[in-house]
Amino acid sequence: MKPMQVLMVDDEEELVVTLAERLELRGINADWVTTAEAACEKLKERKYDVAILDVKLPRISGFDLQRKMVQLAPEMNFIFMTGHGAPGGFTGKNTDADLYDCLIKPVDIDVLVAKIREITGRSK
Amino acid sequence: MSFWERIKPEFWGHHDVAAGLHRHLFNLRRIWFLSIVLTAGAAIIPVFFLAAIDYRVTLTSFESENIMRTSRLVSNTRRTVSFFILERQYALQFLVRDNPLETIGNKPRLDAILKNLTESFGGFTDLEVIDFNGSQIAYSGPYGVTGVNYIEQSWFKEVLTHGNYVSDIFMGFRMNPHMLVAVKQGAENHNGYILRATLEASQFHEELQHIESGSIGEMFIINHDGVLQTPSERFGSLFGQLALEVPKYSESTRVTETTGPDGEALLVGYAYLENTPFILMAIRDKAFLMSAWQEARQKIILYLVGSIAIILIVVLVVSTYLVSKIHTADQSRVAALHKVEYINKMASLGRLSAGVAHEINNPLAIINEKTGLMKDLLGQMEESPLRIRMMTLVEAVLQSVDRCSRITRRLLNFARQSDVAFNIIDIGAVIDNVTGFLQKDAENRNIQIEIDIAPDIPLIRSDRGKLEQIFLNLMNNAFAALADGGHLNIKVRKLSGKKIRILVIDDGCGILAEDLPRVFEPFFSTRTRQGGTGLGLSITKGLAEEIGGTISVESKPGEGTRFSITLPFNPDVGKNETDASTHG
Repeated sequence: MKPMQVLMVDDEEELVVTLAERLELRGINADWVTTAEAACEKLKERKYDVAILDVKLPRISGFDLQRKMVQLAPEMNFIFMTGHGAPGGFTGKNTDADLYDCLIKPVDIDVLVAKIREITGRSK
Repeated sequence: MSFWERIKPEFWGHHDVAAGLHRHLFNLRRIWFLSIVLTAGAAIIPVFFLAAIDYRVTLTSFESENIMRTSRLVSNTRRTVSFFILERQYALQFLVRDNPLETIGNKPRLDAILKNLTESFGGFTDLEVIDFNGSQIAYSGPYGVTGVNYIEQSWFKEVLTHGNYVSDIFMGFRMNPHMLVAVKQGAENHNGYILRATLEASQFHEELQHIESGSIGEMFIINHDGVLQTPSERFGSLFGQLALEVPKYSESTRVTETTGPDGEALLVGYAYLENTPFILMAIRDKAFLMSAWQEARQKIILYLVGSIAIILIVVLVVSTYLVSKIHTADQSRVAALHKVEYINKMASLGRLSAGVAHEINNPLAIINEKTGLMKDLLGQMEESPLRIRMMTLVEAVLQSVDRCSRITRRLLNFARQSDVAFNIIDIGAVIDNVTGFLQKDAENRNIQIEIDIAPDIPLIRSDRGKLEQIFLNLMNNAFAALADGGHLNIKVRKLSGKKIRILVIDDGCGILAEDLPRVFEPFFSTRTRQGGTGLGLSITKGLAEEIGGTISVESKPGEGTRFSITLPFNPDVGKNETDASTHG
């Protein structure tokens, strides 16, 4: 099975660099960018299975970016990460956050990997 | 509770506990006092003046009427009495002109004249004819006085000079009050003579009494020396000295005021009777005359007192009502300001903690990943003591990161409360979150917090932020009341009718029974000296009501306090509220 391709978008470079490396160690090919523009460029270069987006990016929210990215790569799955709030806060409302999986920073790497495998497995 | 305590208006004992913006605008007791004084003053002063003027006018008119009446009485009586004497004087004058000395000096003729006089006028006792040398010529009467010479007597000289004479009333040898009237006829050398008559004074007295009856007071006659000529009941006996001063001579009738022997006020009307030594006196009791006036005065005073009482009552009631209204308005204004300030404070606190939590979360996430990477790399290394040691260190760092992240998550939860409205929530999680804040304090003070949530508690729809504030307020209160080593129990129970009840129970100092009904009132505080505003519980109550709940309290001093909050599963409030929450 060809290794999974993951694109990570977060303005905290140190965070994405490390996360990407850790995912590589777990057999997941992870690219990373720190801006929304770079993310769209990356999508034009190649195909990704999963995009992991920070909810709050410079000048654009993660959910808005997701809408743009869906147009470029309709097949792709999304995982959100946020430094704000708790899981309890995202229930009972029809917001974007409820439609997608949203992880709270700091994220346990095993949880993240499990999540990636879960949604890619589900979508395939 | 004393009577005063019961009628005391609320604003009376009001103490301003707040400062700055929340200061009360008014000194209510002062406003109350001023409004009463000014309104009552403005209303009472004109009434008072009116009454005073009316009093004066009525008094003056009563007095002048009394004087007029007395004056009229005296004038009328004077005419009657003068006429009584003049009538007899004229009769004698007619006699002396009609009868020459030869006729009248004849005793039978004199007897006939006396008889006629007595029958037609009455009051004549005897008649006497005297020549100019003072010798008696003839006498007719019951006393048989003969051979007397009057030349040396003063009355005789008076008749010779003036032609007629009226004497004082006196007893004389006749032992009966009487007076002498004498007239002169002719010249010395032409058979001139003097006719002297004695008049009974009793008739005089009867005449006065006749007039007197019907008017209140006394009338009598005195001579110029103040000797009573007719008897008086109060001012002296017959021929006694008058108990009052003899009034000054006046041609016409006069009325004066004086005080009687017993200090009573008297109205004295008098008139000097012309050509006689008499003064007619009418004395009336002022107190009696003014008794009608007393009645009028009583009415005026009653009216005045009644009006003032009504004005005072109305002013008092209206002022108290208005000032109470001002007090209530002011109170709610200050309470509203406090609430706004409190909400703002909570919102700023929320934003601040959210900012801090967010800022810390990012580096924390980096530490987490870096350490995670270290752990991953270590995992690929060969087994060695250094690797084992590094592994434990990395684990310790990860544990600390986990602890930090739990704290920031709690802060973020707390922060979101200011925006988020109604949600489906787990009451247990809310309570956990709040107790988390107090955990450290509780440990320091060795306070046991016990949370007991019944297993059948469902998720409820409520406002998480408001619930957190309610619990935070109640628990803070409990902590203030608890001694070190105390207990705080929180119980959640399901009630019938789709409700849950949350009990916050402490075994602290408790609340005094008389304070208990007032703890939810704004500004009620037993801790004002320690910086309390007395608003915590009133805000808590407001919050509980905003989310459709109720709050009540039970307490025993020394044993502890139990706050009970009842919440519906799905409150009617907030259903149509627009969702103000934001994420990101």
